[in-house]
Amino acid sequence: MGNTYDTRTKEVTAKIPFPQDLLDKIEEITKRYPAGKQKSALIPVLHIAQKQNEGWLSIPVMDYVAGLLHITPIEVYEVATFYTMFNLKPVGKFVLEVCRTGPCCTRGAEKMIEYIEQKTNCKVGANSADGLFTIKAVECLGACGYAPMLQLGDSFVEFLTEEKVDSLINELKNK
Amino acid sequence: MSKKLLLEHINVPNILGFEAYRSKGGYTSVEKALKTMSPEAIVEEVKKSGLRGRGGAGFPTGMKWSFLAKPEGIPRYLVCNADESEPGTFKDRYLMEKLPHLLVEGMIVSSFALGANTSYIYIRGEYMWIVGILEKAIAEAKANGFLGKNILGSGYDLELYVQPGGGAYICGEETALLESLEGKRGNPRMKPPFPAVKGLWQSPTVVNNVETIAAVPWIVNNTGDEYAKIGIGKSTGTKLISAGGNINRPGVYEIDLGLPVDEFLNSDEYCGGIANGKKFKAVVPGGSSVPILPAELFYKTANGEDRLMSYESLADGGFATGSMLGSGGFIVYDEDQCIVRNTWNFTRFYNHESCGQCSPCREGTGWMLKVLHKIEHGQGSMEDIDLLWDIQRRIEGNTICPLGDAAAWPVAAAIRHFREEFEWHIKNPAECMVRNYGLKKSTLELSFN
Repeated sequence: MGNTYDTRTKEVTAKIPFPQDLLDKIEEITKRYPAGKQKSALIPVLHIAQKQNEGWLSIPVMDYVAGLLHITPIEVYEVATFYTMFNLKPVGKFVLEVCRTGPCCTRGAEKMIEYIEQKTNCKVGANSADGLFTIKAVECLGACGYAPMLQLGDSFVEFLTEEKVDSLINELKNK
Repeated sequence: MSKKLLLEHINVPNILGFEAYRSKGGYTSVEKALKTMSPEAIVEEVKKSGLRGRGGAGFPTGMKWSFLAKPEGIPRYLVCNADESEPGTFKDRYLMEKLPHLLVEGMIVSSFALGANTSYIYIRGEYMWIVGILEKAIAEAKANGFLGKNILGSGYDLELYVQPGGGAYICGEETALLESLEGKRGNPRMKPPFPAVKGLWQSPTVVNNVETIAAVPWIVNNTGDEYAKIGIGKSTGTKLISAGGNINRPGVYEIDLGLPVDEFLNSDEYCGGIANGKKFKAVVPGGSSVPILPAELFYKTANGEDRLMSYESLADGGFATGSMLGSGGFIVYDEDQCIVRNTWNFTRFYNHESCGQCSPCREGTGWMLKVLHKIEHGQGSMEDIDLLWDIQRRIEGNTICPLGDAAAWPVAAAIRHFREEFEWHIKNPAECMVRNYGLKKSTLELSFN
């Protein structure tokens, strides 16, 4: 898997503890499973934690999640490092995840990735200097019929063209 | 014109909502099942229907259901596999986005048939907005008495939850999915025991694909015999095909199994032929894992018959001249597409998605990737083709889960059918090194290579 754990990112975050509404939501999720199986809530809770922590999972946040679910920190780390949606380093305000898999490539995905790199002045795998963007080249997102495409937060932007990328980047810069 | 069993009401206004869905006969299968049928009778109808798992393996659903162990006092689970990640496949997403109530209805009837009182829809994390769509549909179904305690006064209880994954192709494999649902890394389990005996939290579990579950309401409403009348031979019913690549009309199509491939690829009702007036080169008919078929093998089977969109016809002749229907991810390549580059791309995918548990897959996909990278960039030798063949042969069949096979087959098929293209790369290194597919830089300089 692509993620590697970065032990240098140890700064304590101000996002802990989570606000009560998030804790209530987490409590509700743990009740979806039989008693004693609350570890099943880990992935849904990590999504919540990542959103709360500006798009990435720091060690203090993961340790905090371990405490919430009554599991050991290592159980959280081994899951967070396995799944590609979890960022283990700080990310830009907007994470553009562009599909690089075969079907999208038949319809020009690589050109789009190159263009997005150029427009944001940011390489794949890096954050832009202004802290606005992180570009990720990711594997198939299930939108091959609407290629090329990228994921931005909880939504997809499909049938990408240079013009569409221009207006998206401008829109995000002004947000 | 194929029948529309799944997508019939897809264009009805407000079909995302309970009212519109109900007005079109939605949830009648729940009423029929809970009020007039025994769980065993539903399993029997599904068996008669000949419905086969729509996730890719094509295993008979009724048989899978009948394997479910039923020990006293131990809960059973139904888990819907909505971890759609096979490159080329986007049909489950379409179904869930457009007709969430159909999946919810299917989950209720199927859970009742299996005696499950808690069921989960495990959806890939990237489809996060669909989690909301499904949860809204579930809340509406519950508010109308189709979920929760004592559904329709039948005494049957069911809770249904949506669980997002974290981004891992391997979690589409059913035991990896169960590990992930238990809050762990998606490492597939050794089988046996199969999930039907020891699945979620070691309880008997059935895992079914979204499209499989969505077919159940129609079967309950219209009987398994009626379903079996659609299609051809052991490929009964309809199938959603996700069509992509270099075609005029990419999208999701519901076809009667047995539709001629010629009609599917070239008629304006479906793919609408190859885009931009280009020539048809090859097709991967069932998602990236299945062997690629060159144009000259696509239209006719080994016996010279017209090839059909069915499990049997697409596989006709084995891998020598056939492929697989798989998940129905239909990827079309025009004459401009480089098969070596596409094979390298898919191998990068499998290398990236290997869970790392089994050495042949973990190491083998990496070795194949390196050899393919060399060949694609004009640095390969003729021996590398044989080396590649040797590596894929040693992965296939030697891993816990089918990801190893899925990584090996595309490489084997590319060499089998397009060996001359590999040889061209080796004989023309200078051209390969400067080739850039319309990019500004050469592919060797790309940051995402």
